[in-house]
Amino acid sequence: MKKKILDSNVLYILISIVLGFVFGALLLTIIGVNPAAAYGKLFNGIFGKPKFMTYSVVYGAPLILTGLSVAFSFRTGVFNIGAEGQYVVGTLAAATVGILCPLPPVIHAIVCILAAACAGAFWGWIVGLLKVKKGINEVLSYIMLNWIAFYLSNYVVNIKSIHTDQGAEATKNILSSASIKMPKAIAKLTGCGDVHWGILLAVFAAIAIWFIMTKTTFGYQLRAVGFSRTAAEYAGISSNKVFLMSMSISGLLAGIGGAIQLLGMSERIPQFAAQEGYGFQGITVALIGSTNPIGCIFSGLFYGAMKYGGNKLTVIKVPTEVVNIIMGTIIIFIAIAPVFKMLLQKASAKKEVKE
Amino acid sequence: MKSNMDNSTVVIQMKDIVKKFGNFTANDHINLTVYKGEVHAILGENGAGKSTLMNVLYGMFKPTSGQIFINGKEVSIDNPEKAIELGIGMVHQHFMLVQPFTVTENIILGAEPMKGMKVDLKTARAKILELSEKYNLKVDPDAKVQDISVGMQQRVEILKVLYRGADILILDEPTASLTPQEIDELMEIIRNLTGAGKSIILITHKLKEIKESSDNCTIIRRGKYIDTVKVSDVSEDDLAAMMVGRQVNFTVEKKEQEPGEVKLEVKDLHAKDYRGVEVLKGLNLKVHAGEIVGLAGIDGNGQSQLVEIITGLAKATSGEVLMNGENVVNMTPRQVFDKGISSIPEDRQKHGLVMDFSVVENMVLQSFAEEPFAKNGILNKKAMRNHATKMISDFDIRPVGCEERLAKELSGGNQQKVIIAREVHNDKDLLIAFNPTRGLDVGAIEFVHKYLVQQRNKGRAILLVSFELDEIMGLSDRINVIFDGKINGEMPGKDADQYKLGLMMAGGKA
Amino acid sequence: MLITNLGLLINAMLISTPPLLLAGLGSCFSERSGVVNIGIEGMMTLGAFVGAAVAYFTGNGWLGFFCGGLAGALLGLIHALVCVSMHADQTIAGTAINFIGPGFAIFLCKAVFENSSDSPALDTAAKLPKMFVGVFPAGSFGYNVISTYPVAYLSFVLVLLCWFVFFKTRFGMRLRAAGEHPEACETLGINVYVVRYICVILSGFLSGLGGAFVTLATVSQFRPAVIVGQGFIAIAAVIFGKFTPQGTLVGCLIFGFCNGIKSLLGGSNIVSPNILSMIPYVVTLLTLIFFVGAGHVPAANGKPFVRNK
Repeated sequence: MKKKILDSNVLYILISIVLGFVFGALLLTIIGVNPAAAYGKLFNGIFGKPKFMTYSVVYGAPLILTGLSVAFSFRTGVFNIGAEGQYVVGTLAAATVGILCPLPPVIHAIVCILAAACAGAFWGWIVGLLKVKKGINEVLSYIMLNWIAFYLSNYVVNIKSIHTDQGAEATKNILSSASIKMPKAIAKLTGCGDVHWGILLAVFAAIAIWFIMTKTTFGYQLRAVGFSRTAAEYAGISSNKVFLMSMSISGLLAGIGGAIQLLGMSERIPQFAAQEGYGFQGITVALIGSTNPIGCIFSGLFYGAMKYGGNKLTVIKVPTEVVNIIMGTIIIFIAIAPVFKMLLQKASAKKEVKE
Repeated sequence: MKSNMDNSTVVIQMKDIVKKFGNFTANDHINLTVYKGEVHAILGENGAGKSTLMNVLYGMFKPTSGQIFINGKEVSIDNPEKAIELGIGMVHQHFMLVQPFTVTENIILGAEPMKGMKVDLKTARAKILELSEKYNLKVDPDAKVQDISVGMQQRVEILKVLYRGADILILDEPTASLTPQEIDELMEIIRNLTGAGKSIILITHKLKEIKESSDNCTIIRRGKYIDTVKVSDVSEDDLAAMMVGRQVNFTVEKKEQEPGEVKLEVKDLHAKDYRGVEVLKGLNLKVHAGEIVGLAGIDGNGQSQLVEIITGLAKATSGEVLMNGENVVNMTPRQVFDKGISSIPEDRQKHGLVMDFSVVENMVLQSFAEEPFAKNGILNKKAMRNHATKMISDFDIRPVGCEERLAKELSGGNQQKVIIAREVHNDKDLLIAFNPTRGLDVGAIEFVHKYLVQQRNKGRAILLVSFELDEIMGLSDRINVIFDGKINGEMPGKDADQYKLGLMMAGGKA
Repeated sequence: MLITNLGLLINAMLISTPPLLLAGLGSCFSERSGVVNIGIEGMMTLGAFVGAAVAYFTGNGWLGFFCGGLAGALLGLIHALVCVSMHADQTIAGTAINFIGPGFAIFLCKAVFENSSDSPALDTAAKLPKMFVGVFPAGSFGYNVISTYPVAYLSFVLVLLCWFVFFKTRFGMRLRAAGEHPEACETLGINVYVVRYICVILSGFLSGLGGAFVTLATVSQFRPAVIVGQGFIAIAAVIFGKFTPQGTLVGCLIFGFCNGIKSLLGGSNIVSPNILSMIPYVVTLLTLIFFVGAGHVPAANGKPFVRNK
């Protein structure tokens, strides 16, 4: 039992999170802020009211999906640094359909999400295709496509039929039929006007991905190709086909992430000055979630809460960036977790010998 | 012809060397004494601790306890730099060469002659040519290592050591991928070196080579020192018994058997490698049911491409591969497999196994989607596990209860057993075995050979592709020799003459 | 007219290329020695802030520039510590650097500049100096091309220097060997850890310089979005250039050139600025698809090297 605990990732991730906060506290002390006050504010900003808690969950929903996208790609042997772009084309597709194609409620939202899923999948598929056909390094293609998506989004925002006539640098709002906001009653109950169905979709997606990965023959092939392209090929698994599929699925997940954020929360796309970072944050979510689909639910909620609660820090004049530093530190500690693990196991082994 | 031994000068003395990795003792009080100008063999099975001992001598590992004397002075060798300083050089079994670098760059790396800020490649080149002349080690100083033959790579490794002025050379399994003729050349080189006063430590498990080249031999078994003997006083069988700790039967018992119908026929096969160079130039080959056909040849004569084409991993430019009379050339690996071709791949870690999969998952690498392991796309984990448990006990895969262990956590021999269990269970008409015993210890080799013969006796067609001539001669009913992408001769396996084979492997006609 | 436009184009290239080039050359060192450094972006951002802050307080652009490099080097040291000594996954570590670098930059900015995420604008005196000021009439070809930042030209000279180091010197040979076959290096008495430490720290230093160039020459203040992806573009340029300094230069020039075109046409409304902005990325991909193809990645790149004991 003891060994099992020492072997499990959860322990090390929790330790890393604690160490991340300790480091953050150190930093706050240095700049003359009482860490207890800052963390108190953060904690209160997350758990203080049902409204705060609901918002934290709402913030977490798209992050679960981009995290899932990155985690899925990790499991199949690819580092999806392109979730950012896939997320952006997802919002773009959902917005276009949501603004321009009137459909009955529910169906409209579903079509928007499907469009976003297709757009994200397509964005991921391109990278896979370039890799398979031309051997082009996927990191490079991802970075290029992130920027192409970024400028494409800004371009589309400025197209006349989509651009708002309310004088803002943004698109029109999506038609109300495409909205995935929860009924007003629930909004009232939680005190969160932005509460939407996206979180359910995110959790469902995580469970579905977990099921596919561990229980199906398709998942078996995905993992085989992820671990060893050559062995999979030898065993008769068409690794290029599987690889393209996995690249597309990874993109699809990020695309859906974009859709739910748009349909549930922002309802329109503004003109961007800089990348929003949902995709990059997804990398963190995936790592804290130990690249496990179920883990991503928790790490996505954690990140969402930190993001939402972190905003409250401005009230007491604490730089919100401390959240990013804490996140970065947590990842550093997760990166060196194997070293910890070895040390702890060695120590425990020594103790056993003595006993 | 042995070198003249100078009994008076001891160059290396290792006393009571102990090296522990955690709880595992790789070297348990080992002693070694090497004289000036001698060839000293170190004999032991894979994993016996030979390489560990040499890595201690070369400063790669720090010994847990023990003493080392070089030329009578006690030294502590903390890193390879120190070893090089003391005149020790090592040629590793897996060559330590930077592929995109030239021969010259590889030889001087770490000891670069300088001219101001720049590396002086010109001086280096001249010195290398001089050395290569002196010891008769032919190399092309300007060729990139990735483009030269295995034999030349080995000469580069030896030059690397000589360039640093080593007097003591450690050669780790140097003949692993050489032809008999190339081995003879290497022996000649070794004689040149000892003649010039250099001492050589030869790590090997090949008894014939020891008899042929060495003065003394130290035997190690499971990390323990067994004995040091004068080679001329003992027989090969004695050495084998000391190495394994029991009498070993190297000849495989094989009943006479008439081969059945033709299973595999390769007709006029042509293929190019990834650079566009033609590597198969009209190859013809037949394998019948119930026979083992050995394909002898030096690495790099088209064996890999041939096996890749038959198993569907690579494409041919022209020609036919007939399996049970049906042309399967350029089909996918899956289609070829379904037509009755299975294989034990050359590189078990790259192709044979998904190293991060458990034994359970590896056991069904081709059949994961078939009943009972899956139904409607959903895996049946229980059926997979039961199957693995059965295979583990049938094929004696160790450790017992290793179902959920990852393949990378098993020893090489047990990894190979997993593959053999799987391919035997796949029960296909043709089994291709490509270097099936590479890197395995004697026990595991016996196991693999036994199973190959057993499968042959059951009427399966077996194509054995191997760089180990002894293996080919011991197992094959018929031997084909591949040279430069073509079959360069054939002879029956029984009473085959290894020198005739060697000649054919080098391109000559017997 | 043509000459003037050409001057403007070159001027724009001379300003937008150096940050990418400096960071890209840094990335070359790290990747060639076998350590993937995806944290270039974070290193640039911290360098950008420290450069601006030091220049603001000391009034010395050169000192700011150098300190920006040091800040990047510090992150490089962390990356080396985690990746080389502790054998961590290099991609994960780089991701962390990308959080920590910008996080620290803005955090410190708010701590130092009264809770503002932008640093105050720099006086011309505190920025990097230009050369031949006042020699050419404003707007002329010479004004645009010659009286500009000497650092811009130095960054191009640096390409030559890096090429020399990589392919002619002892250190270059060893760092390339460390990225291809670290085990071989160790058997020859080359300390792979030391080589990789030097290279990773150097990559941080050069990235920091690249970041500082942005705040000390182009923008003249630090803002959170001042680097926005230039680190990633530098990485892309390096992969495009097959991990050589000269190839990286070509990659960076594509971006610099397209940026130049953009700022030339930016004023006119002929083409949507967003479409124009997209061009360098599309061009890079197309060039790879049709002309360059896959490159040789250093064989040991990204693989932690664990020394036997």
